[in-house]
Amino acid sequence: MREPHLSLDFLDLSKTFPRRGVEEDVHVLDEISYRIENGCFVSIVGPSGCGKTTLLRIIAGLEKSSAGKVLLDGRDLVQGSEAIGLVFQEYALFPWRTTLQNIEMGPEIKGVDREKRRSTAMEYIKMFNLSGFEHRYPRELSGGMKQRVAIARTLIMNPRVVLMDEPFGSLDSQTRNGLQEFLLGIWERRKDTILFVTHNVDEAVFLSDQIIVLSKRPARVVKTFEIELQRPRDRTGQECNEIRREVLRVLSEETK
Amino acid sequence: MKKEHFLLPLLVILIWQGFSSLQLIPSYKLPSPSEIILGFKDLLVVGVPPGNLLHNHILYSLYRVALGYAIAAFLAIPLGLLMGWSPVLLRTTRSLFEVVRPIPPLAWIPIAILWFGIGIKSAAFIIFLGAFFPILLNTISGVLSIQPILVEAARTLHAKEKDIFLKVLLPGAVPSIFVGMRIGIGIGWMTLVAAEFTGVKEGYGLGYMIMTARDIQRPDEILAGMLVIGVIGLLIDIGLRTAESRAIKWQ
Repeated sequence: MREPHLSLDFLDLSKTFPRRGVEEDVHVLDEISYRIENGCFVSIVGPSGCGKTTLLRIIAGLEKSSAGKVLLDGRDLVQGSEAIGLVFQEYALFPWRTTLQNIEMGPEIKGVDREKRRSTAMEYIKMFNLSGFEHRYPRELSGGMKQRVAIARTLIMNPRVVLMDEPFGSLDSQTRNGLQEFLLGIWERRKDTILFVTHNVDEAVFLSDQIIVLSKRPARVVKTFEIELQRPRDRTGQECNEIRREVLRVLSEETK
Repeated sequence: MKKEHFLLPLLVILIWQGFSSLQLIPSYKLPSPSEIILGFKDLLVVGVPPGNLLHNHILYSLYRVALGYAIAAFLAIPLGLLMGWSPVLLRTTRSLFEVVRPIPPLAWIPIAILWFGIGIKSAAFIIFLGAFFPILLNTISGVLSIQPILVEAARTLHAKEKDIFLKVLLPGAVPSIFVGMRIGIGIGWMTLVAAEFTGVKEGYGLGYMIMTARDIQRPDEILAGMLVIGVIGLLIDIGLRTAESRAIKWQ
């Protein structure tokens, strides 16, 4: 038997939102096709409001596409598949749950018994440098910590594909840089597939194997970049700068 | 509690006592504080009517409130969660509730007596009506105040409808539910005393007690009874507040 090809594929994904009281629908995604190889770190950049979030929401099963499909390893992705995890921009932590309880939420829903889920959650607490904050509520945590809790809450479910919607968008640049390095460290150990939406080109260049540039609405794939630089990368090094210049050039043509 | 909190009440009591001692206030209209204390002692040891002691009046009243209130909370919280969750259910049921809600609970007394007769069932029904709507409405608004993104976050963790209900909507609505429970018990307690004016079968109840004290011309016992009613209402509220602040530590 042939090994199935391990990848996440979009085939002609389109999305239109009907607008109430207006004849014309909002056309958000326009026949997006792309293959993400298993274990790749792929970033999506594009003009703001272009539909990057909608794309992630479709993959996560929170939204239905109007046409086209998403395949995982060559098969139709079912809604609510355990293979997919999503990290939200605004953390979306449950405010009534402590750090530990937030991270435990997924296993708890799945029905993992108390002892087991507690010990797994504690491993994640350690891995995400959250020790000492297990019993704090989200309001008591800094932005960077909240996002670490949110990522841990998603990763504890061991998704094959991790979707991240501008996860570091609301953090200051110091915290953001730290978290980028932290995320790379985790990813290099686990080799999940990561699909990372950002409006920050520096971030995309620093993190990704590939960058997809989307057009303004309705979003199409304008250009893709392959980044083969060794990690850890030098953010301000010449090679990073060259790629960044190129991505920004493509992007600025789109926002004209 | 600081000194200032007691200063004004103390002053009022002193002046009141002074006026009474100088016989500027007729004691058959407004007994002096010291007479009220003696009246309180009579409620405790003699009883109104004689033999029916204060602690039994309190127990019967609490029992009626607890019954009506428990049924109200038991129905209003799940129903409020459902109505907050389902826009269709909210739309279809709202008009019915909007018509029934403005009817004062006490206006139900005649029909309650017709349906349930005089006794615990009638009283509990009146309490139920007083407490039900505040709890229901606050539960609904509690659910509506939950950020939709939290429901989505639960969905991405593969939550089923049951999980969304128990692990997102219910805990998220708890602060608002507590507001409703506090308003509900307040109204329930006020309503109870009035409901007991109309008569109780068992011969016990704080409302019944102070009406009986009026019949036998004991204003000191009426006022002592009123104070007891107020203090119990306050204690219930303090109890709920304590439970509330424990339940919403996260806020």
